[in-house]
Amino acid sequence: MSKNIYDLVGLFVAVCFILALKGLSSPKTARRGNLIGAIGAFVATEAVFYSPGQTHQHKWWIIGAIVGGIVVGVPAARRVQMTQMPQLVALFNGVGGGAAALVAIVEYLHLGSAASMGEVLATVFTVIVGCVSFSGSIVTFLKLQEIMTTRPVIFPGGRFIIAGTLLGVLGTGEWVVHSLGTTSLLVVAGLSLIFGVLFVLPVGGADVPIVISLLNAFTGLTVAASGYVLQATVLIVAGTLVGASGTILTRLMATAMGRSLFGTLFGAFTAKPQAASDASEARPVKSGSADDVAILLNYAQRVVIVPGFGLAVAQAQHTVRELADLLTSKGVDVAYGIHPVAGRMPGHMNVLLAEANVPYEQLVEMEEINPTFPQTDVVLVVGANDVVNPAAKTTPGCPIYGMPILDVSQAGNVIFLKRSMRPGFAGIENELLYEPKTTLLFGDAKDSLTKVVSALKAL
Amino acid sequence: MSNGLALLSIFVLSIFIGFEVVSKVSTTLHTPLMSGANAIHGVILVGAITVADRATTNLELAMAIVAVVLATINMVGGFVVTDRMLEMFKGKPRVNKEVEVGDSK
Repeated sequence: MSKNIYDLVGLFVAVCFILALKGLSSPKTARRGNLIGAIGAFVATEAVFYSPGQTHQHKWWIIGAIVGGIVVGVPAARRVQMTQMPQLVALFNGVGGGAAALVAIVEYLHLGSAASMGEVLATVFTVIVGCVSFSGSIVTFLKLQEIMTTRPVIFPGGRFIIAGTLLGVLGTGEWVVHSLGTTSLLVVAGLSLIFGVLFVLPVGGADVPIVISLLNAFTGLTVAASGYVLQATVLIVAGTLVGASGTILTRLMATAMGRSLFGTLFGAFTAKPQAASDASEARPVKSGSADDVAILLNYAQRVVIVPGFGLAVAQAQHTVRELADLLTSKGVDVAYGIHPVAGRMPGHMNVLLAEANVPYEQLVEMEEINPTFPQTDVVLVVGANDVVNPAAKTTPGCPIYGMPILDVSQAGNVIFLKRSMRPGFAGIENELLYEPKTTLLFGDAKDSLTKVVSALKAL
Repeated sequence: MSNGLALLSIFVLSIFIGFEVVSKVSTTLHTPLMSGANAIHGVILVGAITVADRATTNLELAMAIVAVVLATINMVGGFVVTDRMLEMFKGKPRVNKEVEVGDSK
């Protein structure tokens, strides 16, 4: 393939990626957008085998590695449950960042002293940001998978350690540029990996999606930088597009969650160890049986269901729909109050309930449903906690302070279906649980809902 | 670096396109969009193949091959998982009304 044709193919791929992002921004075209992106990526991968200067000396190794990647990636993506998608995206992002860093290191080894200043700078940038993205994503994965604590991890002097590591990274980066050595580059890689871990550790559970999005934008930029080193236009375009759109998306997400981006990212520098949840363990709560809940629901005029992560975990979307249908048939006005970030990712609940064929009109966004709570008799909170926690309004300094919430305390009765008294993902006590108007029904969301449904039928 | 300026132009223009293209997205699509963008940067596979092809030592080849595996996982897995997120929306009369309200604040 001549260079001109190869460049034209590159242009085609770039257009595909732009159309893909454009398509993904609108519900009607999202799926097509993703397909166009996949076509672009496939063409780009095919074309590089025919690119000018390709030696094909390791062709079978490369094809074998691609097959290996597919064998790992596709089943993971196909089998993953809806509840675990965010961490899978984090993991995919991390390995992408790691790949970019490796590409830069290999090219650096290959170029040796022939590397220009611009190439060395781009290499150092790729290695730093790629490694941060890699290790940071692994930590977000561990947090979301609940292998490690979801609370912010804050250790004494943490901010100095983090700042020190960052200075170390930049200092050794400078050393690479002067010495053009390999050892120094590996030291940069190692320190960047450590920095990535330290950077994500202090982030609280509720902010993790924002961090994934940011690391995604980071990986985009590393891909762009490695494209500069390799003189590959398609990498520059794709990486920059992802970097730029990812930055905007990160800001949009932060706004939707009512978080300041700065506060999220530099939480480590401002966070104070949380006041211990003040001896609230022994406080009385009102827990009820499935029959109590069924009676409350049966005699309500209007019921709002607030789904959360517990619904996703229990795979209770079909059962909740059964309950809603039953109530509707009894003449109760039923709506779902959808918090934009309920669950572990923005839009999680919409996707989950769409799977159970919940009528779209019943899904009401937060801004529209909030004014209706005073006229609502019963709010049924299914496995949600942080998104209805009044602490977001009343307790300055708590990790979710300032996040817009569903004002369920305005309703006549609140029923929580919860597994236990354990606080939600953000790790904050919910005062609403102790209110006299609140009834708790403990247990797995699906079991509880099934019991409520049969109790309702018996009434 | 004769075409450095051309690459810089591409870089700068791509930033603007990236900003423009996603400036208005409903919250429902934040996660699929992030996941789709994530798959797109899996195109680092092209870079990984390029360096693997040029590798002259076993160390270079080994590292490049690892990069190829990782990049493939990122790209292929990314597109598949995005499609799975989006297939939940298929055949649904998606009205955009709620979207405008969500973004207008």
